[in-house]
Amino acid sequence: MIHIKRLQEDGVDIIALIGEIDASSSIELDLAIAKSVGEGFSKILVDCNSLEYISSAGLGVFMSYIEEFKDQNIKMVLFGMNENVANTFEILGLNELLKIGKDKAQAKSMVNEL
Amino acid sequence: MRTKAIIRLLFTVSVVFWLALVLIDVSIVFSASNNLHSGLPSWLPNVVLDLFILALFFYYRLKFDRDDVLNFVDLLWRVFATGLVATVVSLVLKLIEYLLGSTRLTTDVVFVDLIYLINLGLMVGFLTMAFTAWKRLILYQKSKWLLRLWNFFEWTLLLSLLYNAFDFPFVEGLFWSMLSFFVVIGLVLSANMKWVAYLNFRQKWTSLLLLLLTIFYLLYISFTNSSIVEVLSGMTPEFTNYRFHVFILSLMTFVTVYSIFSFLVILFNLPTTSVFEQKLEEVVNFQRISQSIQTEQNEDSVYNILLETSVSTVFADAAWLEVKSGNPNAKLFTYKITERESQDIINHLKAKNVKGILDQGSDKTKNLSKHLATLKGCRFRSILAFPIYVKGENIGTLALLKELAEGFNREMTKIVSTFANQAGISIENFRLMEEALQNERYKEELKIAKMVQKSLLPEVLEKDSDFEIAAFSESADEVGGDYYDTLRTNDHRVSLIVADVSGKGTTAAFHMSQMKGIFHSLAQDCIKPDEFMCRANQALVYCLERGSFISATFFTINTHTKTVHYARAGHCPLLYYNASREKAEYFKDKGIALGMVKNRSYSNFIEANEFEYKSGDIMVLYTDGVTESKNDKGEQFGYDRLADILVEIHDLNPGEIQDHLMKRLYEFSGTTNINDDYTTMIVKFT
Repeated sequence: MIHIKRLQEDGVDIIALIGEIDASSSIELDLAIAKSVGEGFSKILVDCNSLEYISSAGLGVFMSYIEEFKDQNIKMVLFGMNENVANTFEILGLNELLKIGKDKAQAKSMVNEL
Repeated sequence: MRTKAIIRLLFTVSVVFWLALVLIDVSIVFSASNNLHSGLPSWLPNVVLDLFILALFFYYRLKFDRDDVLNFVDLLWRVFATGLVATVVSLVLKLIEYLLGSTRLTTDVVFVDLIYLINLGLMVGFLTMAFTAWKRLILYQKSKWLLRLWNFFEWTLLLSLLYNAFDFPFVEGLFWSMLSFFVVIGLVLSANMKWVAYLNFRQKWTSLLLLLLTIFYLLYISFTNSSIVEVLSGMTPEFTNYRFHVFILSLMTFVTVYSIFSFLVILFNLPTTSVFEQKLEEVVNFQRISQSIQTEQNEDSVYNILLETSVSTVFADAAWLEVKSGNPNAKLFTYKITERESQDIINHLKAKNVKGILDQGSDKTKNLSKHLATLKGCRFRSILAFPIYVKGENIGTLALLKELAEGFNREMTKIVSTFANQAGISIENFRLMEEALQNERYKEELKIAKMVQKSLLPEVLEKDSDFEIAAFSESADEVGGDYYDTLRTNDHRVSLIVADVSGKGTTAAFHMSQMKGIFHSLAQDCIKPDEFMCRANQALVYCLERGSFISATFFTINTHTKTVHYARAGHCPLLYYNASREKAEYFKDKGIALGMVKNRSYSNFIEANEFEYKSGDIMVLYTDGVTESKNDKGEQFGYDRLADILVEIHDLNPGEIQDHLMKRLYEFSGTTNINDDYTTMIVKFT
């Protein structure tokens, strides 16, 4: 089960993920990101502070946006992952394809730098 | 077959008895008229007549019992036909008599007696036949009490035959009291006319005609017989006179009375037949709607049936059914009204701001007739609208129209609202069934996918004097995408792969088969691990759909150089037990999963590594299902636990290590009901 909250700060869309992302709840994640893009945000932060678990399907959602974001010049930074979740990203090698910050402040500066 | 034979036998017996009666009676009459003594006892003809009646009685009884499915009109038709035959035969006899004129023969007492006996036989036959037929009608929808009364009537009637059989001295009081007793019971029984209600209009007319003719035959035959008896009794007193026969007289009265009663009841029932038929049709329509769910192919036919049945039940001039399920544009089913016309009415009612059923905001049946009066050019004067609910959700409106003002009554409203409810239930059931079917189909699909997946895994793994391999894969109820395989490329090189396809179900099995194809084609030519990954990625990029990827680790073991080359593409890091250092560690190399990078830059994200192996070293390959397995506290099995277990049991052979690992895993999760795929491949160097 996943609960997704969105809030906007200084033109940056922050998507907070609360709970676990598995095969079925990954659809909600996909929808949330698609909605943010649809609303015209070019700077997206994903708050993973309360993300307890992410399955390969959830990682697939992030992965699927990589090319698209590159083409449309949309920046996305993930931050606040716990060790487990970070490990999952690392094993798959997604940490090399995605921008991952330590906390919100770092993520914000990353998203503005890029 | 036996009853058929008995029926035939009874008929023959009755004919024989009749012939005997003729012989005996004629001889008595002949003797009497010639002042001779026949020598026959005077009770003999009566006994033979009774036997004849008995045989005939049971003949018809058995005959009717055999025909279970006889309907009312057929029954009446048979009685009519028997009456017709009897009457025609009697008329032919009369004609012969007429043609012969008043010769000596026609006035001869024997000849008259013969004619009389033929007529008597016909009459008794007709009466018993009619009696048996009426029994069937009376006992339709019988009660215990009625059945008892009938049996009493029947058996006392048969007992009365005894009275006639023996030449009791004629006691007028007894005779009349017996007769009136039977007449009264007959009258009481004649009140049972329930069958009439089940005739439809046409059948009633047919029955009336048949009954009228039957009554005519009855009257004709009894008239003929009594007139012959008059003539005969003027000639001789010594003949078998039925006029003192209680049984025949009672039967005649009863049959005639019941015929007349039936005729009258049917006649007076004619005007109300349509009401009864309508009620019956309602029931049938109701059944149709309920059954439609089992037989119809789609919701549309349920809607059409609802429309048809509602219209036919309330005699509406037109109707439409507006269904708003899912799609924004409501679907309109119409009956004898154009879509335009119905749309006009809907719009008109909307424009009038009628808060009623048509805006689907209200849930009560409404008679909106008064609003129609303001719509110009509309031929309808009455409208009745019903909501249709599926799972508590209003999915549509049924509107019935009549050209007549005040055309609907309360009764109709009730009936159609029941129809609408039933249709809602039918549609709900229909949808549930569709869902169940869909589920069944998915299950079937999954079964096939699982079979495919199983068949993709190798049954036999490579063997070598340098190492031993054990592998195992178990998937949850859903189909997983775990894959492992081995391939020998030459006498000193063996390739291994462990892969995990993201996602589950049929697509996972499908991608797994692609991975197998790639492995078997690329690993053939002693390819380098990083090269393998790059080319596999290139091949898979165009096969995997958005968001799908495959994590894999590929190894080549060279037994000459005792080295292992490998590359890790996003797969769980290799767990390696180093025998000389007695330590287990994870090889966390760089590498991202296959299908994640769509361009050729993938080679930048993958690296190849190699290490030398020594005897006693163990490689443990696994998928994330193992490390991510959770216990009831939500803790993960994790990497450390896995490594610790390996150190503990490094002395065992690969198969035992695997079994032990699985045992520990199940112990940890506390259930054998796994919710992910467990796959391990254990290589132990010797």
